[in-house]
Amino acid sequence: MDFRTSYSRVTGLGSAKQGTRHFWRQRVTAVANVPLVLVFGFVILTNLGASRTEMLALFANPFVAALTILMLLSAIFHMWLGLQVIVEDYVQAEVVKLVLLVFNGFFAVSVGAVGLVAVLKLMTGG
Amino acid sequence: MGDHRQLRPRPLSPHLQIYRLSITMVMSIVHRLTGLALYFGTLLLVGWLAAAALGEPAFAIAQAIMGHWVGQLVLLGYTWALFHHMLGGLRHFVWDFGAGYGPARYVLGWLTLAGSTILTALVWAFVWFGAAIPLSAGG
Repeated sequence: MDFRTSYSRVTGLGSAKQGTRHFWRQRVTAVANVPLVLVFGFVILTNLGASRTEMLALFANPFVAALTILMLLSAIFHMWLGLQVIVEDYVQAEVVKLVLLVFNGFFAVSVGAVGLVAVLKLMTGG
Repeated sequence: MGDHRQLRPRPLSPHLQIYRLSITMVMSIVHRLTGLALYFGTLLLVGWLAAAALGEPAFAIAQAIMGHWVGQLVLLGYTWALFHHMLGGLRHFVWDFGAGYGPARYVLGWLTLAGSTILTALVWAFVWFGAAIPLSAGG
């Protein structure tokens, strides 16, 4: 039996059928971020003041390159999800909200792409 | 949706200005703010990687910006935001497992604030005065 009113049915609002997916992804990327950011930060700290030549040597190490790529992917996915929540919470005008959500994706993917290309270029000798 | 004609302003639920500030509340707000700051802070990290990838002139510019006191100040803030957001996230993990809802929540809040400040101080003590510490491999 369907208890919904005909008005409710025709507006089609209600569950977005996404469940806890967003929450879960936020948490999984958060878990991944902790060790990735800590180890990456440690690598940076132990190489402070490195020249560009020294940086190329550092990123030629596949562990450093892979670590940086993983850290970028996890952190950028996490911040994409996070800003989405901020926009959904505070922006009420539908059009502005939609535009900001789209630009959030553009920003995250662009930053990620630039970061990945940079790491790959450094890894292969600049 | 539809035509919701508003005859008089609807009552609003009590919001920020009603409540006395508590550590949990402030840490919650700061967690979101640091998240927002880190969002744009990613530009610093990726910009630095990109500058290094582009070549010697771009890398020299990036190093000059980050070596300047303004750049150092921004990086200091970035470090603090990162530690604060990370510790705040760990606090959320504690809550996710059903713990820390009692009076412990105030302790967790103060730990987030103190922890992020202490860790940031340690990192920057190393950055500025770490030359004497043997750990420094890159010089």
